[in-house]
Amino acid sequence: MQAFTILTGIAAPLPMANVDTDKIIPARFLKTIKRSGLGEHLFAGMRYDEAGQERADFVLNQAPYRQAGILIAHENFGCGSSREHAPWALLDFGIRCVIAPDFADIFYNNCFKNGVLPVRLPREICDVLIEDSRLGANARITVDLERQVVARPNGEQIPFDTDPLRRKMLLEGQDEIGLTLGSMNAIDDFETRRRQETPWMPAIPLA
Amino acid sequence: MKRTLFDKVWDAHVVERLEDGTCLLYIDRHLVHEVTSPQAFEGLRMAGRKVRRPEGTIAVTDHNVPTSDRRHGIEEPESRLQVETLERNVAEFGVPYFPLLDARQGIVHIVGPEQGISLPGMTIVCGDSHTSTHGALGALAFGIGTSEVEHVLATQTLLQRPAKNMLVRIDGALQPGVTAKDLVLAVIGRIGTAGGTGHVIEYSGEAIRALDMAGRLTVCNMSIEAGARAGMIAPDETTFAYIEGRPYAPKGADFARAVAYWRGLAADEGAAYDRTVVLDAADIAPMVTWGTSPETVAPIDGVVPDPAAIADESKRTDMQRMLAYMALQPGQELAGIPIDVVFIGSCTNARIEDIRAAASIARGRLVAKGVRAMVVPGSGLVKLAAEAEGLDKVLIEAGFEWREPGCSMCLGMNPDKLTPGQRCASTSNRNFEGRQGPGGRTHLLSPAMAAAAAVAGHLVDVRSYG
Repeated sequence: MQAFTILTGIAAPLPMANVDTDKIIPARFLKTIKRSGLGEHLFAGMRYDEAGQERADFVLNQAPYRQAGILIAHENFGCGSSREHAPWALLDFGIRCVIAPDFADIFYNNCFKNGVLPVRLPREICDVLIEDSRLGANARITVDLERQVVARPNGEQIPFDTDPLRRKMLLEGQDEIGLTLGSMNAIDDFETRRRQETPWMPAIPLA
Repeated sequence: MKRTLFDKVWDAHVVERLEDGTCLLYIDRHLVHEVTSPQAFEGLRMAGRKVRRPEGTIAVTDHNVPTSDRRHGIEEPESRLQVETLERNVAEFGVPYFPLLDARQGIVHIVGPEQGISLPGMTIVCGDSHTSTHGALGALAFGIGTSEVEHVLATQTLLQRPAKNMLVRIDGALQPGVTAKDLVLAVIGRIGTAGGTGHVIEYSGEAIRALDMAGRLTVCNMSIEAGARAGMIAPDETTFAYIEGRPYAPKGADFARAVAYWRGLAADEGAAYDRTVVLDAADIAPMVTWGTSPETVAPIDGVVPDPAAIADESKRTDMQRMLAYMALQPGQELAGIPIDVVFIGSCTNARIEDIRAAASIARGRLVAKGVRAMVVPGSGLVKLAAEAEGLDKVLIEAGFEWREPGCSMCLGMNPDKLTPGQRCASTSNRNFEGRQGPGGRTHLLSPAMAAAAAVAGHLVDVRSYG
């Protein structure tokens, strides 16, 4: 996984609540067996018309925001399906940070596994950043995970919080499986103990 | 320390506690399907890792599969590739699998409880948000992403932070014609689509106790639509009677020992919840959604709300966008909205009880002219059971399509899709824009309400179909 330390980029405003993962990447694009290549389908329903042509009024079809590295939205971003294709599509498009008042749990988790940073900030601050982002390429926003601050184009710094372990792993680009493999003895012990405590627990035989 | 049902199941599965409260949590059951697993198996292969515990894992195909005759395979090349990839992976890694033409194949969340693979007190995960379904048995069951699928395959554990406890208590008894689906839609309407974020919801109260397992599975299934990763119901006699005799459930003396353990899972008297919500079952009417979020729900005798009455500007804009997408007018009566398609199926409502409910309305009636109505059983075994009761004939005679098991029109990634502008009365779980196909318009409701809509040709109060 690619580490996330500091990102300075164009932010795209998406002032909408409950942006669900079907909006981020519709199910018809989940038929892939790869992680890459989903960026062109990001927000497909809002981004393209029925003929597959770009809708000029959608933010990511507008000149500066085609290069957006940050997305700013409203409440409950990423609700719905558990599809990790949602952060994969954001990442493939080039968006490595989403700022919103809050996120749905599974999407929030999935971001951290892919080097995408979800930042929770109060709604009124998101709205300030959305106003900033409307200035397009003239208004770059910096997200610094080491210092846990978002810097506005005017230099004002806004602090945010991230769980310590998640932050550490994202800063180092550390793979969770690698971390857990260090606990294999504890897992072995747990399994032995559990077999004794719940011996009735059936195994699933090969069908 | 008095503990909730969630606390007890969580505590029993903690392998290690890390410095910031994150826990390494042991996973008893891992359900795998074709859409969210290929990249996870590929990750294992690249790293030279094995599946740690194949005997705790079960795979099935459901999302992609056509629900028409499948004896000649899957026509659509990308869907076929995904299914074939799963079949290669389960063979290579030695994972138990129910093939497409096996009667046990079906929607993963129907199959787990039906087979006795999902049991009380277990931790159960799947790369699908509706894994919350299995919590109806008293398990801690939640959806995960593909990286976590790989993590569970490799280690049989997950790094998780403990959730908060929310209690949703439904007092009293449901009125005639009101079902578990209406109950959970009313709960989502009350707490909102993010109301359960960060929480596990435990459902309790007289109305929940009175539900059969099918109803409880429907309620827990939609917990995720309230933002909660998991919903749970304490196991009781209804649960034990449901489990006994299922193929993968403990047998004989083991079953008795299991029941003794399961009885201890209920919350301790006086256990504390971070949040409690109480509803009176008598206040719940048959419900139907009008917007593009499951929280946008109203009683069938209600009307489409008016955005002009919303003070908050962004909420007003969101509602205007929804009404434009749904092609509905403020103040319009919900009963009477004409529909093009009826979909009875999905992990929310495709059990035998759901099909009986639909058939009881369809019996002796006809699907309205111009309406396409389809019934998609949740598994091959549900289909066989329905056919043994003659329900297929009742439905077919009424003009419904009787199809093969799968996720079907719930999510628009197999041939069952809405076309742009089509309006569907659906027993599924999400009414998001484009969920059932690009431009499709979804109204969520119960199986009986869906069958009644099929007959009437428009949304209608099932209570007038005695």
